[in-house]
Parts: sequence; structure tokens; C-alpha cells
Amino acid sequence: MPNFSNYLQRHYEQTPDKVSITLLFAGQPDRPVTYRELIHGASGYVQTYAQNGIQPGDVVLLILQHDMDLLYAYFGAVLHGAIPSIMPFLTEKLLPERYRTDLAELVSVTRPTAIVTYREFEPEIRAALKPGEDSVKAVIVSDQAEGAAASPLNSPCPPDFAAFGGLLRKEEDVVLLQHSSGSTGLQKGVALSHRSIFNHLDAYGESIRLTQDDVIVSWLPLYHDMGLIACFLLPILGGIPVVQMSPFDWVRAPYRLFQAISTYRGTLTWLPNFAYNFCAQKIRDRDMEGVDLSSWRASINTAEPVKYKSHQMFYERFKSYGLRLETLQTSYGMAENVFAVTQNDLSKLPYVEDVDRESFASDLIARPAFDGRPAIQMMSCGKPIPNTSIRIVDRKGRDLAERHIGEIVLKSNCMLTSYYNRPDITKKAFLDDGWYMSGDYGYMVNGEVFIAGRKKDLIIVGGKNIYPQDLELLAYEVPGVHAGRASAFGLFNEATGTEDVVMVAEVDIIDPVERQKIADGIRATVTRGSAVALRYVHLVSPPWLVKTSSGKTARSANREKFLKEMQAKGQMY
Amino acid sequence: MTDEITTTLATYIATEFLKQPDRLINPDEPLLSSGLVDSFHLVDLSLFVENNFGVRIDDAELNASSFDNLNQLTTFIKERQ
Repeated sequence: MPNFSNYLQRHYEQTPDKVSITLLFAGQPDRPVTYRELIHGASGYVQTYAQNGIQPGDVVLLILQHDMDLLYAYFGAVLHGAIPSIMPFLTEKLLPERYRTDLAELVSVTRPTAIVTYREFEPEIRAALKPGEDSVKAVIVSDQAEGAAASPLNSPCPPDFAAFGGLLRKEEDVVLLQHSSGSTGLQKGVALSHRSIFNHLDAYGESIRLTQDDVIVSWLPLYHDMGLIACFLLPILGGIPVVQMSPFDWVRAPYRLFQAISTYRGTLTWLPNFAYNFCAQKIRDRDMEGVDLSSWRASINTAEPVKYKSHQMFYERFKSYGLRLETLQTSYGMAENVFAVTQNDLSKLPYVEDVDRESFASDLIARPAFDGRPAIQMMSCGKPIPNTSIRIVDRKGRDLAERHIGEIVLKSNCMLTSYYNRPDITKKAFLDDGWYMSGDYGYMVNGEVFIAGRKKDLIIVGGKNIYPQDLELLAYEVPGVHAGRASAFGLFNEATGTEDVVMVAEVDIIDPVERQKIADGIRATVTRGSAVALRYVHLVSPPWLVKTSSGKTARSANREKFLKEMQAKGQMY
Repeated sequence: MTDEITTTLATYIATEFLKQPDRLINPDEPLLSSGLVDSFHLVDLSLFVENNFGVRIDDAELNASSFDNLNQLTTFIKERQ
């Protein structure tokens, strides 16, 4: 089986002038990048990595934004045989000290040998490092890399493939890490091999009937599996054009996605559920003038719970621009299986059903709704992709019958190699017979997979996973809030199509002015410590919080209590 | 005296974004860098400004370097009215 570098070499030799990726920037002309440019830029980075003593098999962290540098640094690491991992960039609302702490923790677990970043960000990175003590040998500034986009010389570097360590990598070697889960530094780095990724791209390509006529359009961040696999590696390795904009630009101007689909005759996108609501509600007609969406064959909803209402809202808003209802598709995935686990058949609409609410909650059975009783609307995520098997099991790992809700476990030829440098949690993630425990609850009907919830408390906002305990720890830092006396949870918001984050905190102070200060303090501390914005900060007098027998906050019970209070006050939810 | 534009914006942000209609927002209180207004709200804010004050904010201007508090946003709006 070939490796990543073999594929890159082939594109370079056979179709050097083909545009691989087109980068869009707000207020600037679009920037097409051919395979020749891509490989020349990447070859410059190979030299730079070698000059800095980086060896094949070493981990290289990339703290770069949507730009040429990120492309070159990433594929340079691949061609060198090193293991790239793209990390989120520091945003204006996150406290630099917090970012530094998180980075230092990540470095201690992942043990990268080099970090690539921008000149203006270099002091921030260095502040997180301990020279001589930690694993980092080099902080590489992008404008100093050989042949880098921003280099004053900007000299193209013809590749010397025979000398590249990447050509010698074996199919079972780890090719990249994905740190896509968690809101603090101790994230799990999912390590994936060349073989797993190629196996996944083959199977998933078959599921979505990928052809050379496809054009992928994306605004997704590349530190997340959906962006990295579906909208970066799949097109670039597969020779399929991709058009990318930055998530920061998209969130300010969501119409740009539609203009890009229209201009480049885009056929495929992947979007988290909230994006359907966001686009349907926040785009002006004048920004859609002349937009033609008739080329768009699939927009695949994944990375957070999929909602039929979001699809309906989106379709109604954009059908007059040529959008077809069949374009709106679903999938369920996770980085541990590279990306997708299931995919709806693109020739059909995703299956939607109403299930009885009480059976769902009390008996853990998704019975079709009857007699007009309260129901929950569910939308299928499709069937497992060809190389992946799924079972629904109970707590003892025994198979459950159709429509019974249990944990989704899976097996495939594209599983992660490990959580990088974390053999302890890698082992815990698998059942004895090799099935991977997803931590998601679901049920199956006629082979269709429906997602029903999460085993652990987890809030998903706009496709980003957030652990409530991280937010609670931040709340405890605020004067007036005591440790163990706050509870964070998510509430699904139908209008936005994703979860709102709620923080309830018990405080002894009664004075409303003082309480306001505490509430503001919680908002500021949580936002600046996690980049997560709280929608509701609810201060209560003790005793309010529901605790488990071991004294931990019972988040789901607190969530129910909060909902009841809100409803009693006639407020939303 | 607080400006009418400032008051209208303060009420909108407190009601729609913070879900605390009684929350007073000081004209010089940081909005973006403090996390009171997050990036998903920026488009709403620009729609609100356009619909209520007839001023279009270009999407490239929707960031903390153009405005980070109500005073700055009000000045921005008045300059274009």
C-alpha cells in the first residue's frame, strides 16, 4: 500500500498544473494553489525541518491560520516523514495565560519536537515552553522557512523526493495526530496511520460516490476531523479540487459559502447542524443575488446532533437559488474512525421518524409515536460505511434488539492507532474483543443509525465538544463562588440548531448589585478561560444544586430543575 | 446624557444576547474581548445596526479592532449616518 508521500509525488509528476486548493480571503482575490506550488512550498519546509534537527516520526505542532503557510508546513511535515498536528489558534477572547497553560500541558503529553507559528505569535509560544526540559527542539517561524509564502526570497524549492523521509514511511506508521476533543490542554491526540486514512477514504468515497468531477467547498477549521479529513486530505490526496475559506471569515459573512459554491460550481460540503440555522436566518437577499446552487449535490450534516427542522428551515430559505431537498444529507462520525462511521445514501432523503417521548426516556426504547402522545423527532444518520461495523450494546456489552437504545460500538479497518502517548485511555476505550466504545447512545432500525445522546456529560456547541467540568472549574475561580457549587450543562435551542451553555452557581450573597458582579465575573472568566460563551448565568441561593450520593453535581438533574424554573417564569424552553 | 443609539444597542445586547433584560451595559464596557458578545452574534449585531440605523457594517469590520464597546460602536454608526 502506498503512503501519503507517494500520492503527493504522483500528483506532482502527473498533474503539476492542476489547482488543488483555492484559498479565499475576505477582501482579497482568491488564491489558487497548484500541486506544483504545493509541493514546492512543502519541500521548503522539508529542508527547514531537516535543518532544525527534526526526524521522521517526530511530532510537529502547527499553530497557524487559514493560509499558504499552513498548507506548506503540513505537507512539508508529511514529506519529511514527521507527524503534523494542527492546533487551534489563540482567539481574542481567550486569555493568553490560559492558552499558555493548555499548550504546556499538551506539550508534556504529546512531546512534539517542533512548533511552527507566525512571528507575532512566537513570544506566546516560547512563554509556554521550558527550554532544555521539554521535548521542543525548535520553534519555527513561518516567514523564515525555506521557500515559505511570506519569505522575502519566496524561492520555489523543487522537490528531491528520493531524499524525503516521507517516502519511506510504512502503511502502519502514524501519519498525523488530531486533537479535536476537549476544551482544555489535556486533550486526547488521536493518532492515525497511513493505512487507516486510505482505508477510510476508499470506504467513504464509495459511500458518497465521490468522482473526479466533484468540487468541495469548506469553511471548517482544520484542527477538527470534519475539516481535516473531508475538506483537506480527501480532496488533496484524491486530486479533487477544494475551495476553502477561514471559519473567522465565514462566521462574519456566511453568504460567502454560497457565493463560493456558485462561483466554483461546488458539489460537496460538510456542515454542523447549527450552520443550517445560522445561514437560514442571517443572510440578506442582496448577498445572494446571482447565486446558483444547482451544482450542489450533497451538504452533509454531521459533528453535532442532526435536526430535520434545521434542514427544513435551510431548504425553504435557499430553494429559490437552486438548492434541492436531496442535497441535505446526514452522517455520524468521530476522529477515532478517521471521520465518518455512517452516511446516508445520497440518492435518498434521510429517514425521519417521530418516537414516543416517554418510552424513549424511561424504557430506553424508540417506539414509533402513537395516539398523539408527546413525541421526539429523530433523523437517521444513515447506514455504516462499507468498512465499518456497528453494534448497539447494553452496559455489559450484550447486543440489543432493534429500537433499543444502547451504546454504539464499532469495528473497522480504519481505527485509530492509539490516543498518542496515552496507552491507559487507549486500552479503556476498547471492549475485550476489539470493539471501540464510542460513548454515544443510539439505536438502529433496518440498519439505519439514530443517535440518542451521550454516555458522559458533554456539551456540543456548533460542533465543538465542551466538557462541563472544565467550565465549572473556571467558575470556581470567581470570588463568591465556592468549589463544588456550580453546574454547567447544555440546552438545545431550536432557533440556533445547537446547544446553549448554562451555568448555575450557588452564592451566599443576596445583594443584587454584588450578584451582578459575580455573574459578570463568571461570564468573563469562563469565556476567557475556554473561549466558550455562556448563554445563561443563573445565580441561586443554597441549597439549590442537586448532588449525587458522592457529592458531585448531578448535571442532568440540575438541568431539569433549571428548565422547570424557567418554564414556571414563562421564559423560553 | 447617554446617547439614544447607545441605549438602543445596550438594550438589544442585554435582551437578545445575554438573556438578562435588566443587565445594564456601560458604554465603555468591553464587549468582544470580554466574551459578552461572541463571534456568532456579530452578524446579528450588523443586521440590527443596518435595520435600525441605516448603516452597513462591512463583515471585515466586525471585530474587536473596529469596536469593542458601545461608545466605539456608536461613534462608528454616527460617522456613517
